[in-house]
Amino acid sequence: MVPLSWYLALSAVLFTIGVVGVLIQRNVISLFMCVELMLNAVNISLIAFSRLHANVTGQLFVFIVMAVAAAEAAVGLAIIIALFRSRETLNVDEADLLKL
Amino acid sequence: MLKWIVFAPLIGAVINGLFGRRFLALFGQRATEKLVGFIACASVGVSATLAFMAFFNRLLPAPEDQRRITEPFFTWLKVGSFQADFAYLLDPLSGIYILFITGVGLLIHIYATGYMHGDPGYYRFFCYLNLFMFMMLTLVLADNLLLLFVGWEGVGLCSYLLIGYYIKWDVAGSAAKKAFVMNRIGDFGFMIATFLVFTTFGTISFVTKNINGQDVPSFLAQAASTPAVAVGTLTAIALLFFVGATGKSAQIPLFTWLPDAMAGPTPVSALIHAATMVTAGVYLVARCSPVFVKAPTAMAVVAVIGAATAIFAATIGIAQNDIKKVLAYSTVSQLGYMFLACGVGAFVAGIFHVMTHAFFKALLFLGSGSVIHGMSNEQDMRRMGGLRKLMPITYSTMFAGWLAISGFPLLSGFFSKDEILWRTWSTEALPHSWGKALWVVAAVTAVITAIYMTRLMAMTFWGRQRFTEARDGHHAGAGHASGGHGGDHGHHGGPHESGWLMVTPLIILAMLSIAGGYVGVPVALGGSNQFERFLEPAIAKVEPVTATHNGAAPAPVMAQAESHGAVASAQSAHEGGHDVETERLFTIISSVLAVMGLAFGFVFFRRNPLWRAPKLLEDKYRVDEFYDATVVGPVEGLSRDGLWKVVDVKIIDGFVNGVARLFAALAGALRYTQTGFARNYAAVIMLGAIIVIGYFILVLRHWH
Repeated sequence: MVPLSWYLALSAVLFTIGVVGVLIQRNVISLFMCVELMLNAVNISLIAFSRLHANVTGQLFVFIVMAVAAAEAAVGLAIIIALFRSRETLNVDEADLLKL
Repeated sequence: MLKWIVFAPLIGAVINGLFGRRFLALFGQRATEKLVGFIACASVGVSATLAFMAFFNRLLPAPEDQRRITEPFFTWLKVGSFQADFAYLLDPLSGIYILFITGVGLLIHIYATGYMHGDPGYYRFFCYLNLFMFMMLTLVLADNLLLLFVGWEGVGLCSYLLIGYYIKWDVAGSAAKKAFVMNRIGDFGFMIATFLVFTTFGTISFVTKNINGQDVPSFLAQAASTPAVAVGTLTAIALLFFVGATGKSAQIPLFTWLPDAMAGPTPVSALIHAATMVTAGVYLVARCSPVFVKAPTAMAVVAVIGAATAIFAATIGIAQNDIKKVLAYSTVSQLGYMFLACGVGAFVAGIFHVMTHAFFKALLFLGSGSVIHGMSNEQDMRRMGGLRKLMPITYSTMFAGWLAISGFPLLSGFFSKDEILWRTWSTEALPHSWGKALWVVAAVTAVITAIYMTRLMAMTFWGRQRFTEARDGHHAGAGHASGGHGGDHGHHGGPHESGWLMVTPLIILAMLSIAGGYVGVPVALGGSNQFERFLEPAIAKVEPVTATHNGAAPAPVMAQAESHGAVASAQSAHEGGHDVETERLFTIISSVLAVMGLAFGFVFFRRNPLWRAPKLLEDKYRVDEFYDATVVGPVEGLSRDGLWKVVDVKIIDGFVNGVARLFAALAGALRYTQTGFARNYAAVIMLGAIIVIGYFILVLRHWH
């Protein structure tokens, strides 16, 4: 059986990739995917703990997270399309109206 | 009953004040004048009727030692052992006061309905006038110092409103402010004195009060039983009360507001600045006489200030050309007499003079108002003269007032002034040499009084008619001097006698000025001085200072006095101790002085009515300039350059603006964190997350 630490390491690695991606990527779709990556990294660790403790609550959380992620994807993609229509770019640094 | 004496004028004031303008819109000027005048006079009339009834039906028939009618209304303030009631006290002292306040007040109201005829602010004027009556009656009928202070401040307020009645005229506005501010200085002394009274005696009432189930005697009674040695606080209280009195009663050093107060309409000058309000200071001193007699130092101060004011103002009065200014300084001077009387322990003589002065000074002011009215608002006596024929009734009434104030024998002023002079000479409150020195001052003042009053009569009524030649050049300025007054009179055809509304009060006051003194004819002149006997229970006796000094026991003198037989048994030892012969001699001396003054004035000013007094006198000793230089200027400078430019601008504004600037700078620095880049925010969030996780891992590792 694969030990818990492996799952957690995988989850941590995926999460870190997601975070770093959010921080360094400029393309808004890449950013979006990185966010999804972070969510799923968390899902992995939740399921791993759920199995370890033989408690389904963790898996229920995962379903909720997936539902939220789906909703977020719908809204987020809509925003991206709107952004692209108005600015003809996917570079987040150019969406800087709030800048000083 | 007492409360209706006080509240009747208030009702009049409220009606006229609230609805006067509406009356004007509904009925027009003429009918409004009738209505407003009627309401005002009726309310004062009710008050006067009740006052006379209270005095003659209830106060006078009561046995001498029970002449105190108290009328509680409600408890106004009660904090711990402090209690101030809204309650009235009618005793002989306040009884005398309400009589002449309502009596003279009513006459002046009637006069004013004629004088103010045609004035657009008619209802406003009578509202203030009634309000003034209310406040003055509150002042004298109050049964404690706090309620007295309400009236005290109230008359100050009304005085402000009435001096500044001609609101479009700058001079009136500043005169009103001056009066208000100078009174405020005095009020400060009054308040401190009240605080001291409370901390010293535990009550501020004039009557015994039941406070917290325990009878607390009035502070006056407590002061009276204070041993003669423990008088430090009493001296302080007395002096502070006197500071208050100098403000209200226009004594040195706070007298300069009163002459300026002549900017108000003439009935105001008569009512407030001659007959009633300014006598409040004397009332206060007389009311607190038990405190004063325990404080010889304070008595000496009162006497000296009084005498100094008397002669000071009299000498200024001789040089003024404005008819009202002369009378104003004369008022200041006569008030000085009253304080002199109080200071030498003759409180009764002071009150007596207050009363007679109310008669003849109101008469003189109203007479001068009649002259001013008849001359179409001319106030400068240099442009009058020869009015005797044109205004016969005003002339003859003024004639009576003139003789009365000069102390012409057997008129009212004579009795009161003679009483004061005699009591000054024979005072027991001060060392004898002081009394004699003060007597000299007072006697000289009496002569000067006769001279300047004669000058007034000569310049106004006798001699050539100077107004015809001066008509052209100065008329505009003089008309302006009365602000809103004048205009639609419809009779500018030269000087003329005033209408019956104005003349009737003059006649009544003239009769009072002639006969008013007979209530207080001293024993030495064959009278019985009912006035003094009546007031005695309300006034404290002076303990002779000289008896302890030179060891001359007063007892033999008393015995001698009693052997005279002329002394009524009710007379006090204090009064009986004097030689009747000497008193008669002094009466003769003071009559001679008065007649001398009158004769000199008559001879001199008939010949040179336009004689110019020394410049210094004409400039009123430059006291105003002196105050400007020493007080007003520095205060103004300090306010402008210190308080405004430094404290206000630099410190207060500096603080407020500094705080604002600090936050602006802080915000300016923090705004750089708002980059507008979503990824920056994400980085910050991550950083925060790392810090929180790091905290949990490193610090709370062992935390379960």
